Amino acid sequence: MKDILRWSLNLLASRSRRVLLAMIAQLTRYERQLALFILLALSICGLAMAVAGTGDALGVHGAIVLLAAIAGTFWVISGYYEPEPSDDRLDRYFDDPSRLGIILAMVWVVAGLFVGDWIAWQLAYPDLTFDAAWSSFGRLRPVHTSGVIFGFGGNALIATSFYVLQRTTRARLPDQLSPWFVLLGYNLFCVIAATGYLMGVTQSKEYAEPEWYADIWLVIVWVTYFIIYLRTLVRRKEPHIYVSNWYYMAFILVVAILHIVNNLAIPVSLGHAKSYSAFSGVQDAMTQWWYGHNAVAFFLTAGFLGMMYYYLPVRAGRPIFSYRLSIISFWGITFMYMWAGSHHLHYTALPQWVQTLGMTFSIMLLVPSWASAGNALLTLNGAWHKVRDDAVLRFMMVAAVFYGLVTFEGSFMAIRAVNSLSHYTDWTVGHVHAGALGWVAMITFGAIYASVPWLWKRERMYSARLVEVHFWLALAGTVIYVFAMWNSGIIQGLMWRTYNESGTLAYSFVESLVAMRPYYIARAIGGLLFLIGALVACYNIWMTIRTADQPADQRLGDHPVPALAGGTAPQPAE
Amino acid sequence: MFNLHYRLERKTIGFLLAIIGVASIGGAVEIIPLFTIHQTVEDAPNMRVYTPLEIAGRNIYIREGCYACHSQMIRTLRDEVERYGPYSLAVESKYDHPMLWGSKRTGPDLARMGNKYSDEWHVRHLNNPRDVVPESVMPHYSWLGRTELRSEDLGRHMAALRRVGVPYTDDMIANARSDTYGQAAPDTPFAEGVTKRYGAATNIRAFDGKPGNLTELDALVAYLQILGKLTDAAHKPVAAAGG
Repeated sequence: MKDILRWSLNLLASRSRRVLLAMIAQLTRYERQLALFILLALSICGLAMAVAGTGDALGVHGAIVLLAAIAGTFWVISGYYEPEPSDDRLDRYFDDPSRLGIILAMVWVVAGLFVGDWIAWQLAYPDLTFDAAWSSFGRLRPVHTSGVIFGFGGNALIATSFYVLQRTTRARLPDQLSPWFVLLGYNLFCVIAATGYLMGVTQSKEYAEPEWYADIWLVIVWVTYFIIYLRTLVRRKEPHIYVSNWYYMAFILVVAILHIVNNLAIPVSLGHAKSYSAFSGVQDAMTQWWYGHNAVAFFLTAGFLGMMYYYLPVRAGRPIFSYRLSIISFWGITFMYMWAGSHHLHYTALPQWVQTLGMTFSIMLLVPSWASAGNALLTLNGAWHKVRDDAVLRFMMVAAVFYGLVTFEGSFMAIRAVNSLSHYTDWTVGHVHAGALGWVAMITFGAIYASVPWLWKRERMYSARLVEVHFWLALAGTVIYVFAMWNSGIIQGLMWRTYNESGTLAYSFVESLVAMRPYYIARAIGGLLFLIGALVACYNIWMTIRTADQPADQRLGDHPVPALAGGTAPQPAE
Repeated sequence: MFNLHYRLERKTIGFLLAIIGVASIGGAVEIIPLFTIHQTVEDAPNMRVYTPLEIAGRNIYIREGCYACHSQMIRTLRDEVERYGPYSLAVESKYDHPMLWGSKRTGPDLARMGNKYSDEWHVRHLNNPRDVVPESVMPHYSWLGRTELRSEDLGRHMAALRRVGVPYTDDMIANARSDTYGQAAPDTPFAEGVTKRYGAATNIRAFDGKPGNLTELDALVAYLQILGKLTDAAHKPVAAAGG
């Protein structure tokens, strides 16, 4: 075991040096200079933050930024005199950022799931905190949520969107530098976010916890991401924009709008990490849940629907069932989700008319949501034998099923009377995880298992059996988790509102808490299974990558249309 | 309609503009009127602002992620009003940048926590929750009482809050540091300044039970003891909506 570990580490070290130099070698001389300029600007920012924020968490983050920029500078300089890439690179798609993105997604998912399961155990054994400030539930919870949503989900979206964008437009990414800037810059944001929570840096806005300086950095990264998308789309060799790209574009654009508006704030000073939100009270609550629900809609739904619309039909070898259903569901989701956030605020001090609008649109959302889920499942008609035999496709199929179930549950829970029971309870937590584990993670694992052999030019994954093992661990973990939280949530909601014969409340709050304990333990076990599954996936991916390079066995037609040749190829679907 | 779309999906910029237009409507219709319709937030003329010590406590509450398990929003439901007290009004979080309504009750709602328990109960509870509630699953915060409160920059915090709309006076901002100290040090000249600027009903006590040293525990307990007490609007028979 030890030998394998040492051998792996050695291999990793020698390989990573080779890989790191190869990354610089892809950049043109001009791009290398630009990279050095960006890194210089970043180190100046980091230094300024470190100096201005001495004695504050901002200073620590300044040091992290400075170190990252210096490491990056050394890296670029070490490869600066590598030969420039030849022009025949333009005949291939640019997939290296997608490769690293998938690896980073796997790193984040293991970290995020580990922290999530740890705090799940804390709810059953509250002293699992080592007597340290950073390890309490309140500080670790955003590490879990940001780790899985932004670390895992975001990296997977960036990686797959670059891959899908190039294949569906038949155009190579516009340059070599900006995709690296987006991927690495985004991960710097994630690191600042996660380390900030451990130090207590948070805006307390759920899923928008990072402070003002991290938010500004994310805007810069995100605008670059958008420009890559735009520049590739306008150079596309396909007349139509494929449906995956509609979703990826909506994801990029709307997340930018949500992020900027919800994070408007005044920092205490340029030397403080702390800021105060521009909004307060009821307006802040509405803005926050307009953001919060649409982070679900445009990060965790639109982005991953874009993923599904490419990987599921390609893996199944079937065209999308219905072009019209995809149009209806796309515009329905884009329009209606933005109204639904107020269902998080039923019976609160938010005016009733806003609550009612939120409930109404949440119910109507079932139509476009089921149009998407149905479109995915009907695409599998004629390929169900593949679903039976291929765990990768089965991941995607189960994701579509969970997507349908969760959107139904979501519409149901948005009904005011149902919400009076479910709100503030574990039912909400169960609902979120049915979506996050059952839909988002499953479609992502499916897409990653499909992409890894394509990206590393391998015939298949190292072990189909291990994919199968992962599938059943993930499914069992999700089902255990969700059933535990349904039970605890509904019991909790009922206990809080139960009256005895004399007309007084039957249970104290603590009695309802005691009743949760078996479900909290069951939930932590479900989460553990899911985490073990992700570790199996890491091993399988690692072994796939390290198997000997095979002769470039490119998929037929897997290259961009050369700039001069013109001509069009058929759409992937329709 | 599908023909229109067939043309639209060939146009990059047109498609992008369509997404922005379609996605902007919902938020605009639901959020902008909340700033313009006066009835959205009730009038509460006697409502006071947070003292610097309470702001510091609130920031510790945020820093530790208390909002992840405790809501501060009692809904208009009979069982909630009987369990926690009068339902929350919009005006009560008027000065909360950001609001801490929360979304989950792993622990109970705290909107009306102020003066419900003694300072000593809070100190013991934060030190180790299981000392006072054996079944509790809350983490312990024993290190708060050992950590000195960072108070030298609270004036700048208040200035930032004023820029987003909280009516702090120059006097309050200038005396932020002495007020922070004074609120936890009764019978000192600093304490009088707190009463003068924030009203006679302001809690002035050595919240952590140890006069003389100002800890994070002082600040957090001071904040917990003011929850729901900035205005009594919610306790009036019919909360007067501003008109």
